[in-house]
Amino acid sequence: MIDRRRPVLTYIVLTAFLLLVITPFVWMILGSLKTQGELLRVPPTWLPEEPTLDNFRRLFDRPFGRYFQNSAVVAIAVTVGNLFFSSMFGYALAHLHFPFKRVLFLLVLGCLMIPGLVTFIPQYVLIVNLGLADTIPALILPFLVQPFSVFLMRQFFLGLPRELLEAGRIDGVGEIAIFFRIYLPLAGPAFATLGILTFLGSWNNFLWPLVVSSSESTYTLPVALALISTGQNQTDYGLLLAGATLIVLPILVVFLFFQRYFIQGIATSGIK
Amino acid sequence: MTTPSASATASPSPPGPGPGSSSAPARRRGHRAAAEARAGLLLSLPFVLLFAVFIAWPVLQSMFMSFTDMRISDIRSPFAVDFVGLDNYIAAFEDPVFRRSAVNTGVFVLIGVPLTITAGLAAALALDRGVTRLRGVFRVGFYTPVVTSIVAVAVVWRFLLRPDNGLVNTVLGWVGIDGPNWLGDERTALLSLIVMAVWRNFGTSMVIFLAGLQAVDQQLHEAAALDGASAWQRFLNVTLPSIRPTMLFVMVTTSIGYLQFFEEPFVMTQGGPLHATISASMYTYNQFGFGNYGVAGAMAYLTFIVIGIVTLAQFRLMREK
Repeated sequence: MIDRRRPVLTYIVLTAFLLLVITPFVWMILGSLKTQGELLRVPPTWLPEEPTLDNFRRLFDRPFGRYFQNSAVVAIAVTVGNLFFSSMFGYALAHLHFPFKRVLFLLVLGCLMIPGLVTFIPQYVLIVNLGLADTIPALILPFLVQPFSVFLMRQFFLGLPRELLEAGRIDGVGEIAIFFRIYLPLAGPAFATLGILTFLGSWNNFLWPLVVSSSESTYTLPVALALISTGQNQTDYGLLLAGATLIVLPILVVFLFFQRYFIQGIATSGIK
Repeated sequence: MTTPSASATASPSPPGPGPGSSSAPARRRGHRAAAEARAGLLLSLPFVLLFAVFIAWPVLQSMFMSFTDMRISDIRSPFAVDFVGLDNYIAAFEDPVFRRSAVNTGVFVLIGVPLTITAGLAAALALDRGVTRLRGVFRVGFYTPVVTSIVAVAVVWRFLLRPDNGLVNTVLGWVGIDGPNWLGDERTALLSLIVMAVWRNFGTSMVIFLAGLQAVDQQLHEAAALDGASAWQRFLNVTLPSIRPTMLFVMVTTSIGYLQFFEEPFVMTQGGPLHATISASMYTYNQFGFGNYGVAGAMAYLTFIVIGIVTLAQFRLMREK
């Protein structure tokens, strides 16, 4: 069907394209191992002449361990919350009849289209008035429930047979226990997809933490990196590239292991 | 394997009430419906409460705010403010920087969206039909920028685009081109940001197109090929019509993303030089930073209205075709 020359050409074009796409990452990692002097040289060098971990060491002279921990705690809490709240609500929407169900679903669905900036200021006002500004909970609370997560979980539970529910009732399992003991254990694949997407979103979240956090004890990695990159003194490229590598590398490693779920998650959200 | 009779005995008797025995099962059914409703409400409650507080309420308050003169000094008493009618909306339209930001956002959308979709579709087509080996490697490679933090991306790209020893200008120098100061020059800054955004986002549309392409009928393709249709004709007449729902989805979500263009200018150029890259969302954020909450609220709602119009228009356009 496809003639014989075309695949070779396709491979060449794709490979060239792939090189273009991943060069910034390669450049970042190589750069993080160079000295400041080498980073400023004209013309630039490819491989580091004297590879050094000095940039990373200097990174951890600052409380980067703390930032890393903040990022991880926030991302884990947001992910767990999303899985928990969305799966309960998603299941109820998929299989149970209850008052106001349609209204609630339409409300949540409607909020999918509303840009983050619309809710941004009132959320900030709310957090300040709750006395939570510059705390870790302020970075978690507004993201515990997300319309997209409910949508995904509802679609997933719709795909599970309703007969399980009937069978549970016949066996005398309580209505809520049916969810926790029968449906929830089957939600592994949906949890993997939603969990990865939520974790990633939280790990990379930038604007909200930037506004809400004002002291080192609550900075997350992206905020800390943004703040050193706009520092007063001469730009310390080595430090910045090491910081960028530190943010990207854990996600990249996880991504390479679980890329099937990452990609499935995006694709699933697209088809339905 | 269960025999038909075994499964029949295991399943419950059909629910229709027999003659003369209607009251007891009906009561039991009513009880069950009540239990189901209670469970549904209980399971929904945690989400709905948090949603009401952290999303629905802010949406309403934002609208209220956009009609008031709320400033940062009112943060402790957000409802003790004066109504100013449409003043904030009028102020937005009369502000030359906001108008500039709206034009810039239009340029982001008009150039960025087609580029992102084309790159995503091209990559998906190549991976779906042209390539069997290494497909996973390409797919993962193209998707990698999507999972990357914008702040890290900004650091690396600012470094790549440095005028003196950046990689881009070094490579251009090999072929005798004297590269510009990409981010510092009014004429190239916007373009640089768009290229970066396309680089970062086309992987998402590629993945969605890859899923959509599975719906294309291969037999139709082969039949068209036998009839002498060229690859381009087959693409136009077989592939494109089959992936129309996917196309609509990608168009709508990509447009919504670019209409809210924020992070790239924020971390790369702060909107400069001379407002050349400021976007509507970024300027809204600046107004928030200045403490003009009412004006910022109006600008946020204007963006929302534009997003709504663009989305509806795309649905119309794709349906009528």
